[in-house]
Amino acid sequence: MATIILFAPLIGAIICGFFWRVIGEKAGQVTATALLFLSFFLSWIVFLTHDGVTEHITIMRWIDSGSLVADWSIRLDRLTAIMLVVVTTVSAFVHLYSFGYMAHDHAFPEDEPYRARFFAYLSLFTFAMLALVTADNLVQMFFGWEGVGLASYLLIGFYYKKESAGEAAMKAFIVNRVGDFGFALGIAGLFFMVDSVALDDIFAAAPTLAESTITFLWTDWNAANLLAFLLFVGAMGKSAQFLLHTWLPDAMEGPTPVSALIHAATMVTAGVFLVCRMSPLIEFAPGAATVIVYIGAITAFFAATVGLVQNDIKRVIAYSTCSQLGYMFVAAGVGMYSAAMFHLLTHAFFKAMLFLGAGSVIHGMHHEQDMRRYGGLKDKLPVTYWIMMIGTLAITGVGIPLTHIGFAGFLSKDAIIESAWAGGTTAAGFAFWALVVAALMTSFYSWRLMFLTFHGEARGDKHTHEHAHESPRVMLVPLVVLAVGAIFSGMVFYNSFFGHTDKVAKFYGIPLAGEVHAEASMEGHTEDTHAEHGESAETAHATETAHAAEGGDDHGAEGEHHAAFGGAPGQGALYFAPDNHVLDDAHAAPVWVKVSPFVAMLLGLGLAYLFYIRKPELPGKLAENQKPLYEFLLNKWYFDEIYDAIFVNPVRALGRTLWKKGDGATIDGAINGLAMGIIPFFTRLAGRAQSGYLFHYAFAMVLGIVILVTWMTIAGN
Amino acid sequence: MQNLISIITFLPLIAALILALFLKGEDEAAQRNAKWLALIATTATLFISLFLLFGFDPSNTGFQFVEDRDWLLGLKYKMGVDGISILFVMLTTFLMPITIASCWDVKVRVKEYMIAFLLLETLMLGVFTALDLVLFYLFFEGGLIPMFLIIGIWGGKDRIYAAFKFFLYTFLGSLLMLVAMIAMYVDAGTTDIPTLMQHTFASETFPVLGFQIVGGVQTLLFLAFFASFAVKMPMWPVHTWLPDAHVQAPTAGSVVLAAILLKMGGYGFLRFSLPMFPVGSEVMSTFVFWLSAIAIVYASLVALAQEDMKKLIAYSSVAHMGYVTMGIFTVNQQGLDGAIFQMLSHGFVSGALFLIVGVVYDRMHTRDIAAYGGLTVRMPVYALIFMLFTMANVGLPGTSGFVGEFLTLMAIFQVNTWVALVATSGVIFSAAYALWLYRRVMLGDLIKESLKTISDTTPRERAIFAPLVVMTLLLGVYPSLVTDIIGPSVEALIGQYDTALNDYAPATELAMTGDH
Repeated sequence: MATIILFAPLIGAIICGFFWRVIGEKAGQVTATALLFLSFFLSWIVFLTHDGVTEHITIMRWIDSGSLVADWSIRLDRLTAIMLVVVTTVSAFVHLYSFGYMAHDHAFPEDEPYRARFFAYLSLFTFAMLALVTADNLVQMFFGWEGVGLASYLLIGFYYKKESAGEAAMKAFIVNRVGDFGFALGIAGLFFMVDSVALDDIFAAAPTLAESTITFLWTDWNAANLLAFLLFVGAMGKSAQFLLHTWLPDAMEGPTPVSALIHAATMVTAGVFLVCRMSPLIEFAPGAATVIVYIGAITAFFAATVGLVQNDIKRVIAYSTCSQLGYMFVAAGVGMYSAAMFHLLTHAFFKAMLFLGAGSVIHGMHHEQDMRRYGGLKDKLPVTYWIMMIGTLAITGVGIPLTHIGFAGFLSKDAIIESAWAGGTTAAGFAFWALVVAALMTSFYSWRLMFLTFHGEARGDKHTHEHAHESPRVMLVPLVVLAVGAIFSGMVFYNSFFGHTDKVAKFYGIPLAGEVHAEASMEGHTEDTHAEHGESAETAHATETAHAAEGGDDHGAEGEHHAAFGGAPGQGALYFAPDNHVLDDAHAAPVWVKVSPFVAMLLGLGLAYLFYIRKPELPGKLAENQKPLYEFLLNKWYFDEIYDAIFVNPVRALGRTLWKKGDGATIDGAINGLAMGIIPFFTRLAGRAQSGYLFHYAFAMVLGIVILVTWMTIAGN
Repeated sequence: MQNLISIITFLPLIAALILALFLKGEDEAAQRNAKWLALIATTATLFISLFLLFGFDPSNTGFQFVEDRDWLLGLKYKMGVDGISILFVMLTTFLMPITIASCWDVKVRVKEYMIAFLLLETLMLGVFTALDLVLFYLFFEGGLIPMFLIIGIWGGKDRIYAAFKFFLYTFLGSLLMLVAMIAMYVDAGTTDIPTLMQHTFASETFPVLGFQIVGGVQTLLFLAFFASFAVKMPMWPVHTWLPDAHVQAPTAGSVVLAAILLKMGGYGFLRFSLPMFPVGSEVMSTFVFWLSAIAIVYASLVALAQEDMKKLIAYSSVAHMGYVTMGIFTVNQQGLDGAIFQMLSHGFVSGALFLIVGVVYDRMHTRDIAAYGGLTVRMPVYALIFMLFTMANVGLPGTSGFVGEFLTLMAIFQVNTWVALVATSGVIFSAAYALWLYRRVMLGDLIKESLKTISDTTPRERAIFAPLVVMTLLLGVYPSLVTDIIGPSVEALIGQYDTALNDYAPATELAMTGDH
């Protein structure tokens, strides 16, 4: 079944991309979409029937060189199942939505077919993303990793006649490659240390890695920390984290459904997925985990500040995505991978919906994207308005404090903020405050978007406003489906992702510390020797910690929550080290911690209301008063300018210099120096001769070789 | 099938002789006949070489299909293939029909053009199959002549300069190799390659003009061969002949040059340097690594600054060959597998890229990047093909370009992490120059008046690209096709190399203590 899920989109992409001329453009689109819905249904079946036991499916051999063996294969565990659901759900509905959105694109002349190409790219992307999340070894994951990069490149540059689209596509690919550079080194390092690229082998070796050193560049490093860090560099690129984020806002050059699918719900979360997938390694790499927390927290804060002042509706959402990804990394960095996955899931629903809603607005407003020219669209686009309202309630985290009732973002974001508080380290403390402040800003810019777009006076071109229209049903249906997810996914899945330890453990197939012994003796016969060894080795250790936890627990007031995560690295979809109590500590967080994001949300809402409803002249005045700060934020902290100055331009100049001065003057100069007497002589001769005389030289050369060989033979004798 | 290798090697030569002796006239019909004969001969060679491939036993790491006869002047005629050379033979026979088909529109001296290519094929096949030093040298140097003529007669404006630069660089490099070969003959008393591979050349350190030559004779022999192969590869800093040669060569010439001729250097390292001078290779390996790493970064940066499409691709070849030399001298399974794979893959990908340039050059008669822009509008099929090979060039997983690059990077990390870091940064630069080229040529709106009537690929052109597309994707998705064939031979080579070094190790320690 997993195999069908994986390949259905690829088949769809091939049929739609290459055979639409035969079957017709519409039929191509329908085929691609139908195959995606097939994947979508099967994914939910897999997700709902999954029992937490990891399954390996080998499809075909791939790279096989000595001990480096990487097959095309599927690893099906809870983590994969979650991603399957996220990817196929969003993708299926984005396909559907695109029927409406891409129906009449004015960027293309009437007679130019572009729809089949668009659908083929979307399906190709989905295939690559599925290959990434189902990977059972790092090389296949790298295949998916680069594959989604390719699809992203193609889709960002979809309006290929537009200069800015080509530039944005190129930038996305190259910045991602900077991340891949780290990823590739990480794979190389892991292969060097573990002598395998299979995930199982790497997980099993994680404890050893924590105690080994690896010589890298000038000094020795702790292997687990260094390798986890290198992999994280890859994640930073793909998930647009601070320093490698510059491509994401530009990626909005792509059609809006692409932004929803790739640059909000799926591809950009691949980095978070990678970190969660490598949880056994991260658990043994405290240094790398600290870096992850800092980068995540800084991104969440930084992107939110930039989001405050952007005027392009899509860019606001893009920075919001960047910021929310930072949240997920903080969760993963403090060791609460499950909370990261929770936010990944809920975020996929509400962010895809916000993007598609924005697409609906853009579609209705004749491709106007500047919010300063919107206003008062509530009545023109009623369904879109309510959809966007749900999305905003979800992203800002509206719910009833201290209960588990609320919109999806309420539950997952609070889970992350509580986890950050529970992290206990300096980094986690910093992250906690950064995230709370970011939550305030999230609320502000989200409501700002709502107020500017749907409330107040109509601004901008009158004609456009008069003709503003609601989108067709084919675009609204996906919005409604995603809205259901944005409302309920948090409440439905709360217990599985962030409930009590035993629930979470069951969901991910992680053995509990107390149960390990019983399980080992019960299943000892069926398990292979390797697993048995791992389990029994872990047993003593885990029991010991369970005792320790019981002894020193001051917050585990309710007796049945004493269950602790156990198992060896690689058992179950996630791994929590015995000393990882973040989940319990987060549940036991004081009330002020638990309500702080809610308060931040209310403050943000209040401020936005004041700025954009009550006193619309206030933002302008503030921007005047604080001009340097405003400019700083509006120009995204000047990252693009700085990178151009310190990387792009010097590299280009260096290339030119090396060519002219290096190749031209130095190398040719030096080497030709010897031959300079010879070449002009020949060229003079040749210049006088007809080109036909070249045969004579050739003959002379043959003669020369014959003489040399003869001499050699004789000299030898 | 006693003479299978000879048949494959000399079939193109026979066709060339038939053309030279029996085909008269310069009219349309004669030209057509010449082209058809060449195409049939190269295709027949391809089919016969398939017998070689299917008859080959990968688990046997020795030479197979060996032919050993006496030749004139007491020399030996000895040919054969092993796991390392057979796929280079296949690469050559596979690419030659495509090359011939790509010059279907040539109008000048067609007969001679075809003769040159047929002769070149024989000589190239000879290089990969010769098992005798003298024979190898003849083929190796002989190959220069037809290539020299192809550039010098059918080339561009500065063809004479480029042809001589090409010839002198490679020929001067080879002279040192010739001297080394003589020295080897004197030392070992034979020119038989399999015997020489078992022979141990002296490796005791000795002083020359006050310098201690670590590795002794082996290092000197290594350096002499290195001079020749490094120029052929070409390695930094002796690469500057390549961009000039490519720019001036006709399309088909560029294809053969990039796809096959450049592989002779890498093949030489594998056939001679590693097995015959293991100590010399080991001593010089760090030096080679750094040259390779510099080549990768330097050539990529220079490629970024190019204004000529062919020059850009030529520099990208230099960068890709950097991965090859780096992989070879790691002397581990991934390194050698990766290096051989990279050479084969580069054969398909760079060949295709030069053909891609040829397509637009045939239409617009310029290779100036600035003369293009927005071609996608009128050439969608071309855009797709170009995209595919651009991605293969940047090493996207799923294309053949990935496997070699990835394996060599895995290999170098085990040996030297500094070099690994520098070489891995190549993945960023390659993306930069390749995508920038694509953007400037293909993307944007089509505004240049001269391009308004440009036409998409013809069926003939598509037929030429089809086999290259298939190979690029097939090897990207199922690289075991290659690694299964080369694997055992590579393993044997590594085993032999390590044994030789172990024998040498005690001696080194003595030498080291002596130095201090």
